[in-house]
Amino acid sequence: MVPTLFGRIQTRLWLLAVVGALVTAALTPVLPMDAPLADKYQATFVVLGAVAVIGIAWELLYHLLMQWRWEKDWPTMFGLFTGIPEGLLVGYLATQGWLPFLPAAVAPAAFVIHFTVVWLVVWLVANGPMRVPFIRWRFRGGRLL
Amino acid sequence: MTEVVDVHRQESAAGTPVRPLARLLASAGAWTDEMIAGYGIPVQDTPIATVGGGIGSYILADYLRVAGGVPTSGLRVVSNLSHPWQTYERLANSSQISPTDRIRSDSASRPDNLWGFPSYALQEAIRDRSLGPLAHVFVEPIFDDYYTPRLGDVMKSIEREARRIRYWDMLVRGDAQLVRKRVGGGYYVLFVDERQEDPQPMALRVRDVHLAVGYPGLKFLPELQEFRERKNDHHRVVNAYENHEHVYHALRRRPGTVLVRGGGIVASRVLERLILDRQRYGQPTRIIHLLRTYVTGSHGPHPWARRSGKHGFAYQGFNYPKSVWGGQLKARMASLHGKDRADVYEEIGGTTTAYRREWQRQLRTAREEGWYHAVCGTISDLQDTGPKLTARMRVEQGEFEVEPDFVIDCTGLNAEVTEHQVLRDLLVHGGAQLNPLGRMDVKGSFELIGADSGPGRVYVTGAASLGGPFPGVDTFLGLQIAAQEVVDDIARRGHCRHLGPIASTLEWLRWATGRQL
Ligand SMILES: Cc1cc2nc3c(=O)[nH]c(=O)nc-3n(C[C@H](O)[C@H](O)[C@H](O)COP(=O)(O)OP(=O)(O)OC[C@H]3O[C@@H](n4cnc5c(N)ncnc54)[C@H](O)[C@@H]3O)c2cc1C
Repeated sequence: MVPTLFGRIQTRLWLLAVVGALVTAALTPVLPMDAPLADKYQATFVVLGAVAVIGIAWELLYHLLMQWRWEKDWPTMFGLFTGIPEGLLVGYLATQGWLPFLPAAVAPAAFVIHFTVVWLVVWLVANGPMRVPFIRWRFRGGRLL
Repeated sequence: MTEVVDVHRQESAAGTPVRPLARLLASAGAWTDEMIAGYGIPVQDTPIATVGGGIGSYILADYLRVAGGVPTSGLRVVSNLSHPWQTYERLANSSQISPTDRIRSDSASRPDNLWGFPSYALQEAIRDRSLGPLAHVFVEPIFDDYYTPRLGDVMKSIEREARRIRYWDMLVRGDAQLVRKRVGGGYYVLFVDERQEDPQPMALRVRDVHLAVGYPGLKFLPELQEFRERKNDHHRVVNAYENHEHVYHALRRRPGTVLVRGGGIVASRVLERLILDRQRYGQPTRIIHLLRTYVTGSHGPHPWARRSGKHGFAYQGFNYPKSVWGGQLKARMASLHGKDRADVYEEIGGTTTAYRREWQRQLRTAREEGWYHAVCGTISDLQDTGPKLTARMRVEQGEFEVEPDFVIDCTGLNAEVTEHQVLRDLLVHGGAQLNPLGRMDVKGSFELIGADSGPGRVYVTGAASLGGPFPGVDTFLGLQIAAQEVVDDIARRGHCRHLGPIASTLEWLRWATGRQL
């Protein structure tokens, strides 16, 4: 999918809300966190929410950077590697306990596992299977609405 | 199962036009049922007809069958081809793409699969048990060229899907003569099967017509055309889209000079062939490459609109910037009209070729060894001077002469819509108009503006619809985008299913398991 600005944002929100939430729901119980399960869920969903919300600002930046590309495309690799700066930022905020609604600072190992798995699965879904139910999505720059 | 056979066409009974046909061809305005019955023309009713039967018709048929849920009885394909990839294969082979060569569209441009998933790269990776194709897509276009599928794989996939949707049950062999409005709504598609001993006109009475008729013919530069006609020499001055193997055969046996004209991907392929043959057969072939526009570097009005280029070529992965098929450029174009749209066409247009690392290496060697010269200019005169030709070239510094043995014109195909009888008639009698680029004026839904007939619509996709709100029309993915628009429009008008997420997933499962429709 070659994104437009609104397409990027919608795709990110949809994928995190559906695929990200499913992965988080399945993964949270096994994450190395020393807390009751309810607190663990609260922490991972706050992190997921932060990736979505802060991500809107990231998407604005990516859209700006994309303008220097003649093709106005966003290579597959970029979609994966943008996870590094995004992960570092959200990871810092989460492990410091600075994200709102966090029950406690998130253990670094738990964050790394959670973020990496969610990012990878979302990236894989965006690069193929997403097109199966949403047959018009790729021709609309990633817009679902 | 349907056999794929190519029946050779018999010469039609030239000079003895079938009378009702001649009368109908000369008539103006809409046709009545009585008129057609009066001429004794057999009529078949069907809701939709697609004229052409090449890749564009095939993609529309696929979309109608799969997404629209239309049965085979709901569609007829009127074509002079026996299989949809016939013209494409011929043009590809002539222009030096062998079945194992890679074409120029991306991994998810799958004419045989509405979803583009699994992509060609994923399929190739699974089949060859190799991560190579996936790694290629992962690093493209930054650390490697764009991944593109092999011609043979693409054609095989098209054939598989054609059988799955029972394409040949819908095929009606014939040359469409006219598409005329029918009094009372809808259209008549009048066609003649020229393969018959005594070809008789036949008609389809339809609600909607789709036209994907490709290119009317080859395009030659005027001075080359003039030479071919004057000397009746189709041997030494050839078009890259026609079979010109004899040129390569001759150059294997003796030293020679070739003048290659054009800077597009076909020129790149012709150069590749000449260079490889030179290395393989050891003949000192010399190449003069004539470009009308010589690109020396990145070009464009500002840093956000700069295309790369060098050594005469403008480089681009595909025949438009990638975002034309779904990103920013597609969205932007759809909202532009008139001159603004034409300006963007101008900005993103122009001849380009793909930057392929292999081609760069070959040309670098050729340049360094001094047997390849690219010059910027035009041919002002071409004469037959014995065993060789003499071409007078006009360049910036003045004029000079070269003596090539062959001239290969790689400047393209003729897209003049008024040279196609059916399209011309729609312009003259059907209410259709030309767009600012001189092709058929269509809406975003690919409906031909001004040609509706009661509840019926004409849709045009492919090269004839270039210049509309969507530029990438003449490509596999573009034809698929167009088919989606057409089928969605037909669904909006209440004549077929609108494909939602659940049905789409079910249809994909059917595709993946090869279930026949
Ligand atoms: C050399 C070459 C390489 C290409 N490579 C790529 C690529 O890598 N990727 C990509 O996406 N696209 C590529 N394309 C473009 C792609 O092939 C075209 O977009 C596509 O084939 C166009 O389909 P079409 O149906 O419009 O035309 P065609 O496939 O040419 O079919 C139209 C056919 O309609 C028939 N016809 C015309 N008039 C009538 C009539 N009156 N009655 C009955 N039949 C009629 C003719 O037989 C004609 O051939 C390439 C094109 C060429 C020439």
